[in-house]
Amino acid sequence: MASLLITGADLVGRDTDGRADILVEDGVITEVGSIRSAKGADVLDADGLVALPGLVDLHTHLREPGREDAETIASGAAAAAVGGFTAVLAMANTNPVTDTAEAAERIFDLGRATGLVDVVPVGAVTKGLDGEELAELGLMHRSRARTTFFSDDGRCVHNARVMRRALEYVRAFGGVVSQHAQDPNLAGPQACAHEGELSGRLGLPGWPGIAEESIVARDVMLARHTGSRVHVAHVSTAGTVEVIRWARAQGIDVTAEVTPHHLVLTTDLLAGYDPTFKVNPPLRPQEDVDALRAALADGTIDAVATDHAPHARHDKEHAFVDAAFGMLGLETALSVVSEVMVHGGFLDWAGVARVMSQNPARIAGIAAHGSALAVGDAAHLTLVDPSAEVTVDRSASVSLSRNNPWHGRTLRGAVHATVFGGRVTAQKGALA
Amino acid sequence: MTIALSREATTRHTRRHLLSSADLDRAQVREILDTAAEMHGVQQREVKKLPTLRGRTVVNLFFEDSTRTRSSFEIAGKWLSADVINISGKGSSTSKGESLRDTVLTVAAMGVDALVIRHHASGAAQQVSQWVDAHVVNAGDGTHEHPTQALLDAYTMERRLGDLEGRHVAIVGDLTHSRVVRSNLITLRTLGVRVTLVAPPTLMPSGIGPWAAAEGFALSNDFDAVLPTVDAVMMLRVQRERMSGGFFPTPREYTVGYGLTRPRLDVLMAANPDAVICHPGPMNRGLEISPDAADAAASLVLDQVSAGVAVRMSVLYHLLAGGEGEDS
Repeated sequence: MASLLITGADLVGRDTDGRADILVEDGVITEVGSIRSAKGADVLDADGLVALPGLVDLHTHLREPGREDAETIASGAAAAAVGGFTAVLAMANTNPVTDTAEAAERIFDLGRATGLVDVVPVGAVTKGLDGEELAELGLMHRSRARTTFFSDDGRCVHNARVMRRALEYVRAFGGVVSQHAQDPNLAGPQACAHEGELSGRLGLPGWPGIAEESIVARDVMLARHTGSRVHVAHVSTAGTVEVIRWARAQGIDVTAEVTPHHLVLTTDLLAGYDPTFKVNPPLRPQEDVDALRAALADGTIDAVATDHAPHARHDKEHAFVDAAFGMLGLETALSVVSEVMVHGGFLDWAGVARVMSQNPARIAGIAAHGSALAVGDAAHLTLVDPSAEVTVDRSASVSLSRNNPWHGRTLRGAVHATVFGGRVTAQKGALA
Repeated sequence: MTIALSREATTRHTRRHLLSSADLDRAQVREILDTAAEMHGVQQREVKKLPTLRGRTVVNLFFEDSTRTRSSFEIAGKWLSADVINISGKGSSTSKGESLRDTVLTVAAMGVDALVIRHHASGAAQQVSQWVDAHVVNAGDGTHEHPTQALLDAYTMERRLGDLEGRHVAIVGDLTHSRVVRSNLITLRTLGVRVTLVAPPTLMPSGIGPWAAAEGFALSNDFDAVLPTVDAVMMLRVQRERMSGGFFPTPREYTVGYGLTRPRLDVLMAANPDAVICHPGPMNRGLEISPDAADAAASLVLDQVSAGVAVRMSVLYHLLAGGEGEDS
């Protein structure tokens, strides 16, 4: 394999006095420091760029198999690469559901074939996401896909007995359950707007924060009782943050993620009934947004995860309550985090490396990712231009879908290039 | 939230759509109600047809059954000489995999001047108005609004009570799931009416506290405390499907707490002999309203139905013909 010399990058969080060159050979970092020249190496000028370990997304929906008109593993992998990601976890709510070893291996293999990112299949917790019977968790783990991260995402494992058994069972092989926290008795399938004054005025079925908070409170107690680890997907309320902070203080093994959209977008965007802003959990008021930013900054929330949810146009062009839940996220995540967390003064770039790469890699148990970019590490890295301004254009996306809530917004900070296994996969918003 | 687009700057009332009661300021409500009074006069004639909307096509696109509202719009359109077509959207759209946008574009492509839309989903009329060139009238969207109902309620009450400014109206019942209450709140407040919403806490819309504070209306869980102080009481239908939804223990308990029962009718009449009773229908006799109240001299229930046609004629007139030199 050809070698690559990255020159003059800012290696964040390291005592390199700012800038360093990085030599990559055969997909591995072989030298870091001041490198005069490397014979035959392609040179990537990273002057003024920040080098982060390749971004890892704990939460994507790649829609294959089942809805290849909305996204495929190939198009989703392309969106990931463009967005600076080198590994993504692909949620199990496909058709068929990823609840067998065979299904997981197929996604794993299709991901490998893209050569753009590591696609890590998430296994369903229960068969067919029905919330009742455990899926073949152990067989998925023994498969080529080595599944350790399980979730019924899109649905909540709301039966406490089933959740308890899942938490206990996966402990045998170091697995973790990621919970989509939504008590269906408090927020049913129609619930689509943060329950509050606006949902009352708009006449939209309310999705109250308590439907999330009560499940998270129960789950952290289950984790304590079983001595297992639990992960909370897409935290959306200040109340959930309080529960997690309390659980951490008790020594309970809980991790949590927040989406870029819940860090910025607020429920008042629903006033025009535009289904682009329909997402689950719903957009919340500013108080929740503020609490989520603070929690991500202080480490109560470990990771940013996109919940990238592509949808065909015709699945969004329904009346609001009938339209599909979800929004795109892979291509814009880094810019959003840069704008709100870095430019907003909540995190430095080392912090971004932590919440978008190192922590998610650790939570999902993907050893090759989230490195410190040291000699001997796999060459998965993302070069970021911290001062580049991007105006999001939904039509410029490499995703097959266009349900982009950031369209028209200008954000500071952008992915300049993505390096996966020593190869440049994407540069300046397009595949390399 | 709505596109207010005058075709002629001189005619303020010429609007593109009627999507929300908030689209209408006080002067516009006044104009619609005044025109409705003229239309109501026509309604009493032997020959009821006006040539006003000859050659215009009005489509009633109803994604949800509503014999009463649909026929009211149909008669209104016909008495204005428009060609009126009823299309049931029920079971089309999502069940056939067709998007709402495709459904309405298909209908609009036939050359439609006005689309009167009833939909089970809040916001549907507003979304549709962004996709088509036709005038859109919201004939009820989910649990959001029903602007022509609020106009006809105001019209009916005004006929009996005179000027509504400063009057006190209580709206009682399933407020959470009512589009009637959301539109009535706006229109009545626009006309300077004092409004009190009465319901058990489980049937109050979420966030009603700050909403009431912002818009200046009152809330109560105690019907008996409010009743002697009102000029009009508007009883809302309690849908059958709510009765098993855990919103209140039993229909019997609901009636005891919030029904306009015979004893309450007596209290109301004793406190204010001129007070009136409204109900948007269809009524659950014996649940939210007793037969005595429904059929009392104070009841405006049938007047509301009659006014519905005149008010909808007025709305169609102002949207489609207003400012184009047609006489009413």
